[in-house]
Amino acid sequence: MIALIFVGLYTNWLTPVRQQLSVLTVPFYRVTDVPRRINEWLGTTFASRQDLLQENETLKTELLIHQRKLQQMAALAAENVRLRQLMNATDILQDSVLVAELIGVSPNPLNHTVVINRGSREGAYEGQPVLDAFGLMGQVIEASEHSSRVLLIADSTHAIPVQVNRNGVRAIAEGTGDLNRLRLRHVSNTTDIREGDLLVSSGLGNRFPVGYPVAEVESIVRDPGQAFAEIIARPMARLNRSRHVLLVFDSRSHNP
Amino acid sequence: MLSLRLYSVAFICTTFVVALLLAVYPLPLELRWWRPEFVLIMTIYWISLIPSRTSLAFLCLLGLFQDLLEGVPFGQHGLGLVIVAYICLLSYQRVRNYSIWQQSCWIFVLVGIAQLTDNWVQAMGGRPLSGIVFLYPAFASACIWPVLYLALNSLRIRYRVL
Repeated sequence: MIALIFVGLYTNWLTPVRQQLSVLTVPFYRVTDVPRRINEWLGTTFASRQDLLQENETLKTELLIHQRKLQQMAALAAENVRLRQLMNATDILQDSVLVAELIGVSPNPLNHTVVINRGSREGAYEGQPVLDAFGLMGQVIEASEHSSRVLLIADSTHAIPVQVNRNGVRAIAEGTGDLNRLRLRHVSNTTDIREGDLLVSSGLGNRFPVGYPVAEVESIVRDPGQAFAEIIARPMARLNRSRHVLLVFDSRSHNP
Repeated sequence: MLSLRLYSVAFICTTFVVALLLAVYPLPLELRWWRPEFVLIMTIYWISLIPSRTSLAFLCLLGLFQDLLEGVPFGQHGLGLVIVAYICLLSYQRVRNYSIWQQSCWIFVLVGIAQLTDNWVQAMGGRPLSGIVFLYPAFASACIWPVLYLALNSLRIRYRVL
């Protein structure tokens, strides 16, 4: 048993076994998901007309606001493409996405992984970035046939290359094991970084696409006695709330 | 005779499946440390009641399946389960005669041992843990033991599993 643990931890010989056997675990997650489904069904079936009308109204307003932003966006995107052509830079490719739903959360409190209902059959692959509506959530670490396991950015074994949106300073954001905190590693005391700065994915390392919001800098402690500043950031994605997530197909690194 | 045996094996397996379901049932983040180790409790229950029906090989497989289910390194739960099962096999004759509160304390010790091995494997995998927080599941298990014990006993007598 102990030998098995070491093999599992330090080699990847067991990965295919795990991928094959993961199919067996899906029914368990489906069953434990049933109470939530019932709850959701009750919520939609017995909603009052008044509530629905109100919701409809808010959604319409929201749509209007987003459409206005989108109009501007089209013009900006076109301008961006022209400018990039002027600079002879390569075009930014549009990423395609696939909507997935959370069906399970890792029961282990130290282990921040979730299970989603899309697998390799639907095109999910290992290392695929996962977003929610607010920012980057994590990456797929295990894709079985109809479900896959996603490692969240706040897990203590996860790190992601980021840059400050304001001035492009690069850093590495590391998970702390706490869902609301990321730590920036090896940022020197003199670096221009402020509280409230938005950190976006930098695309270095070819794992995550460029420009998705990752976190917001929450606190900075600059201790002259220490070699590096202690920077804590709060993930933008709602790691413990989002139910619907987006799987991004990065068109540069992966061709399905 | 054979059908009777099959019947009780099916009953035991059902309780383990229910325990596995409870082990992955999503809990709010604040309560996640307070989830009792249902699979472990069920193992202890069946071993102390009918040691002849549970084999260590079966428990090994069960532990590995739980690892697969929770997405942790293979062997993490398996190791704890087998160690606890072995201690149980050595001591079940004495523990049977304890009162239910004393049994609860014993559960706390056993689940605590399993948690230790759990966290040993977790720490090797890069998720170290500090503090006494890892004993919370053991405490929760000890608290839920009397309830589970009485419920399982009544179920067992009702369905005549021996």
